[in-house]
Amino acid sequence: MSIRSELNLRASRFGDARKSCTKCMGIKIIMGLLILGTLAGCSPIQPWVKPYEREHFADPIMSFNRDPVSGTYIDHVYESREGSRGATGGVGGGCGCN
Amino acid sequence: MQLRWFNPWAKALAALCLVGTPAIADVLPDDRADVLYHNYDGGGITIQGPSVLVRKKVGDSLSFSASYYEDLISSASIDVKLSASPYHETRKQEGFSVDYLHGKTIYTAGYIHSREPDYSSNTAYYSISQSMFGDLTTVTFGFRRGWDDVFRDVKVNGVIQNDPTFQRQADHRGYTLSVSQILTRNAILDLNFEAITDQGYLQSPYRKIRYFDPTVPGKQFTLADQIYPGTRTSTAASADLKYYLPFRAAVTGLYRFYNDTWGITGHTVELDYTQPYRHFIFDGSIRYYRQNNANFYSDLFPRADYSNFEARDRELAAFHSISLGFGAAYEFHVPYARWINKSSLNFHFNHLMIDYSDFRNALLAGDGVYTAGTEPLYKLNANIYQVFVSIWF
Repeated sequence: MSIRSELNLRASRFGDARKSCTKCMGIKIIMGLLILGTLAGCSPIQPWVKPYEREHFADPIMSFNRDPVSGTYIDHVYESREGSRGATGGVGGGCGCN
Repeated sequence: MQLRWFNPWAKALAALCLVGTPAIADVLPDDRADVLYHNYDGGGITIQGPSVLVRKKVGDSLSFSASYYEDLISSASIDVKLSASPYHETRKQEGFSVDYLHGKTIYTAGYIHSREPDYSSNTAYYSISQSMFGDLTTVTFGFRRGWDDVFRDVKVNGVIQNDPTFQRQADHRGYTLSVSQILTRNAILDLNFEAITDQGYLQSPYRKIRYFDPTVPGKQFTLADQIYPGTRTSTAASADLKYYLPFRAAVTGLYRFYNDTWGITGHTVELDYTQPYRHFIFDGSIRYYRQNNANFYSDLFPRADYSNFEARDRELAAFHSISLGFGAAYEFHVPYARWINKSSLNFHFNHLMIDYSDFRNALLAGDGVYTAGTEPLYKLNANIYQVFVSIWF
């Protein structure tokens, strides 16, 4: 084998090894992220909306059930006339005689 | 015999919808009292009456609430005109509940009793709400159980009374799972899932089906009793997103999907907008709903005893509806009453329009123009008013 051929062969093997090593790196990165993710799951989740950033939720207009009596009544009106029921999320009550 | 119109399964279901989803689990509800007057007018039915709710904390961990609701019903609806006679009746409902706060958990238990001349309903419920992830998330599990007694009124010697030969029961169970999630400093999302099972007498003892009968001159149909299945299971899921706008206003979008073992699939879409202005808070809403019919529903059955189960209740028909709503609240100060922290006077109005796809106006059959199955489709328009006063103390 000539020196050139031997060098080409080594380069080819080196290329294969480099490709293989790239695969290894990818797997290692994924494994690393999984481990980090797992470890992160052991620590408490940090609230991404801080308590002092929640002033809007104290505003009555942000309540899903601002007027419970009125909400109960209008849910009652709809449920009495429709086949669907449930998952309204609000406080209901009454019967559907209407 | 006087026949009345009512909707027993919806009665129980509405009574079952009791478990609310507190947006924040580690805070008890505010101390408040509401006195409301409601009026519904549409489709030949007028329903009005009061509704009262009082909530009061005792100590730091307990909150009690009591409610009273009343319907004064005057009905001459299309169903009543077809197979019964107009009637007046009163329904009364009382409710009581208690919330117990322990750490970041709220335990709720309650009971509701509803009664009217031909229907009695009892419902017990409880729920557990847990706040977690830095109070950004609230998860609620709920369960409820209802027991109903169904009667049928008859007129004997001019006096309306319960038919001694008719008494049926119905049993209801409901399971809820709700998640309330703060997404950003301006957005909050509510996810709700609910499964309900019913067993027993789930139909109205008054309403009728009609089947094609060429021997009847003019109308060409005959009325017969409905036959409902003895069980029903439904699932519903909804997503409710509320967003705080930069100029102190809020917009809310809701979608709900519904499906049950009777073959009904329903879709609800609602958009709300809330705008405060000085001492006022204005609300506007538009709600769209549509559903297909139940498997055993038909406006006109081909013949008598056509199938095992037969129904012609409008609530089981295919239809779509649009509801437009407007509300205004005025906050005011009550002089010489320091124990009142805040008070408001409120007015709400909704206009409901329902277009049925397979429920016809059977009253027009036999008038010389229409026969059974050729009548125009029925439409319902209703106006709904609410006036109420709220105080926080």
